[in-house]
Amino acid sequence: MLSIRNLNVGIAEKQILKDFNLEIKPGEIHAIMGPNGTGKSTLASTLAGKEDYEVLSGEVSFNGKNLLEMSADERAREGVFLAFQYPVEIPGVSTTNFMKAAVNAKRKHQGLEPMDAKDFLKLMREKMTLVEMNKEFTSRSVNEGFSGGEKKRNEIFQMAMLEPSLCLLDETDSGLDIDALRIVANGVNKLRDYKRSFLVITHYQRLLNYIVPDYVHVMYGGKIVKSGGKELALKLEEQGYDWIKEEVGELAN
Amino acid sequence: MAENDKIIDEVVANDYKYGFTTNIEQEFAAVGLSEDTVRFISAKKEEPEWMLDWRLKAYKAWLKMEQPKWQNVHFPEIDFQSIIYYAAQKRKKVINSLDDVDPEIRNTYDKLGIPIQEQKLLAGVAVDYVMDSESVITTFRESLKEKGIIFCSISEAIREQPELVKKYLGSVVPQRDNYYAALNSAVFSDGSFVYIPKGVRCPMELSTYFRINAENTGQFERTLIIADEGSYVSYLEGCTAPMRDENQLHAAVVELVTHDNAEIKYSTVQNWYPGDKEGKGGIYNFVTKRGICQGKNSKISWTQVETGSAITWKYPSCILKGDNSIGEFYSVAVTNNYQQADTGTKMIHIGKNTKSRIVSKGISAGNSQNSYRGQVQVHRTADNAYNSSQCDSLLIGDKCGAHTFPYLEIKNSTGKVEHEATTSKIGEDLLFYCNQRGLTNEEAVSMIINGYCKEVFKQLPMEFMVEAQKLLSISLEGSVG
Ligand SMILES: Nc1ncnc2c1ncn2[C@@H]1O[C@H](COP(=O)(O)OP(=O)(O)OP(=O)(O)O)[C@@H](O)[C@H]1O
Ligand SMILES: [Mg+2]
Repeated sequence: MLSIRNLNVGIAEKQILKDFNLEIKPGEIHAIMGPNGTGKSTLASTLAGKEDYEVLSGEVSFNGKNLLEMSADERAREGVFLAFQYPVEIPGVSTTNFMKAAVNAKRKHQGLEPMDAKDFLKLMREKMTLVEMNKEFTSRSVNEGFSGGEKKRNEIFQMAMLEPSLCLLDETDSGLDIDALRIVANGVNKLRDYKRSFLVITHYQRLLNYIVPDYVHVMYGGKIVKSGGKELALKLEEQGYDWIKEEVGELAN
Repeated sequence: MAENDKIIDEVVANDYKYGFTTNIEQEFAAVGLSEDTVRFISAKKEEPEWMLDWRLKAYKAWLKMEQPKWQNVHFPEIDFQSIIYYAAQKRKKVINSLDDVDPEIRNTYDKLGIPIQEQKLLAGVAVDYVMDSESVITTFRESLKEKGIIFCSISEAIREQPELVKKYLGSVVPQRDNYYAALNSAVFSDGSFVYIPKGVRCPMELSTYFRINAENTGQFERTLIIADEGSYVSYLEGCTAPMRDENQLHAAVVELVTHDNAEIKYSTVQNWYPGDKEGKGGIYNFVTKRGICQGKNSKISWTQVETGSAITWKYPSCILKGDNSIGEFYSVAVTNNYQQADTGTKMIHIGKNTKSRIVSKGISAGNSQNSYRGQVQVHRTADNAYNSSQCDSLLIGDKCGAHTFPYLEIKNSTGKVEHEATTSKIGEDLLFYCNQRGLTNEEAVSMIINGYCKEVFKQLPMEFMVEAQKLLSISLEGSVG
């Protein structure tokens, strides 16, 4: 589904991702953890196609296609979804209208007719229930005046609406209260199926109690330095990153 | 999405799609402006003596006036002696039926998407077609006449409705009101005249389509709309011009009068040629539009969608004289490339319990400058006046500018004035967010703009709402990477 090989990425003359490698198979959930500033968001943004990030070398194939050749909007229509760490406000555009445009852009890409109004509203209702989102939010401008937690929930709602095949979640858990965390995690779990893959970036093991990953990777200095099962997250929670840094240091020596 | 597709296709295919010229035989006034020019125009139009006198009075006033300099726009000095003040099609005198319209002119309007053919017109819209200095033809006039509605060119009204014209012409915008109004009063060549009699609700949209065709020609049209007691009319004007390297002057005057319980809804979709991407050419649009709510409980509502012109200088205003009268101003002003717009409104509260509402949406892209200038005056007599103003600016990119100049003059303490202003920006992060949901930059901008302008668009008659949305997408083509 997603295969990243020797990816090197820089921004503003500074190299962030260094020979990054990762394989994600259909239906898998991968968690990425790691200290601040190691390049987790850079990875997510690069996969989503943000232009500021310069791909220096490497390959990324997504469902057999060269992801790096596609524009950001093409990637989205092909099924890459990024739940932003910092969702943006869209003045004057309601979530309903925003989703209508997005859903229909994807349908057009698939050679389908725009969804009719009744089906669309039904879909909205169904997905709103999934993330226990209040109807009131859909008529407000996208993210405008939303609390931090509401914005994150709105990201998962949009993800549910667009039914992507690769979901990138960048710290979707931060800023969520305990109930919201459970709701968001439930939403993600309901979207889980044998085809859909997830890359979950988080700082907290707690999220992984709800969204149980197949793999946990530790990222440090622009690459994955350790991979394991969900118990790796527990160990990080208990011991922090020092032992990883030591190990990496030893490797470097 | 199909609609969106069409828009994008047009965006890609066209820059300014109205930029062609029509080859018809025309006659012109000599270049430049003198008393003789004024006499020539008046004679061409076979005007009565009183009209010529009126024009000459304006001309003399104009000679003593100076070009205003207070607007936030910059342009080289206009040479008023290098402009041709009258251009009209050479043709047989009288047009009795649609078949008499020159095929080239019909062709022009066909290309503009507004065919001169009654049965093909947008359902229920009567149109007056004005090219350069002449009204070409007014459609549906017979069926309007049955209700006592007069809808004709102003030249015709001067000849056939002298009492009405004498009474109202210059009553809202006097000859010496301002420099360009004085100029217009001296040399105006055509425009529309509307009279809605007492108690009549005009059964269709009335519309004038203005087209500048000839080179080096100024267009000075004059529109006068009178809504008598208890009547209602919705009026729409549209404007385009060919692409030319020189700047062309458009200095129009519009006057509206509502009597007791009457209402006029005046909408404009202005798409004069804005100049090219380097800022060469384009129309100077210096317009005076003003309405007076003469009678009690009357209402005047201005809606404008301004996308064209190199320079726009225009403040549709309402004088709220009648008690309980209402003035409204809804505006979308788009500037791109090197366009400059200084536009807004004046709400002058004189009567008791008068209300006004201002919704201004400025959109600036490219290297353009967009200014909102609005004045609210509450006079001593205006007990319980109420005004609410909402002025929003949207910036696309970071080379453009938006400016807001609100002026308040409150002389009655029972009044209430509310002002709200916002500035937002379509930046890279916002576009990336939309891209990430599958939308192209064009789709994202078009979606954001339509959301942003919703409040104004919904004031427009249905058919023109779609037109206005398309126009906006086209105007903003290439404004994002
Ligand atoms: N526009 C930019 N210009 C310069 N440096 C940048 C820019 N964007 C990101 N960086 C740098 O790239 C590095 C990686 O940033 P990134 O956001 O990917 O980290 P992260 O792992 O997501 O951190 P966090 O856990 O704090 O979210 C940081 O050192 C950051 O300062
Ligand atoms: Mg991050």
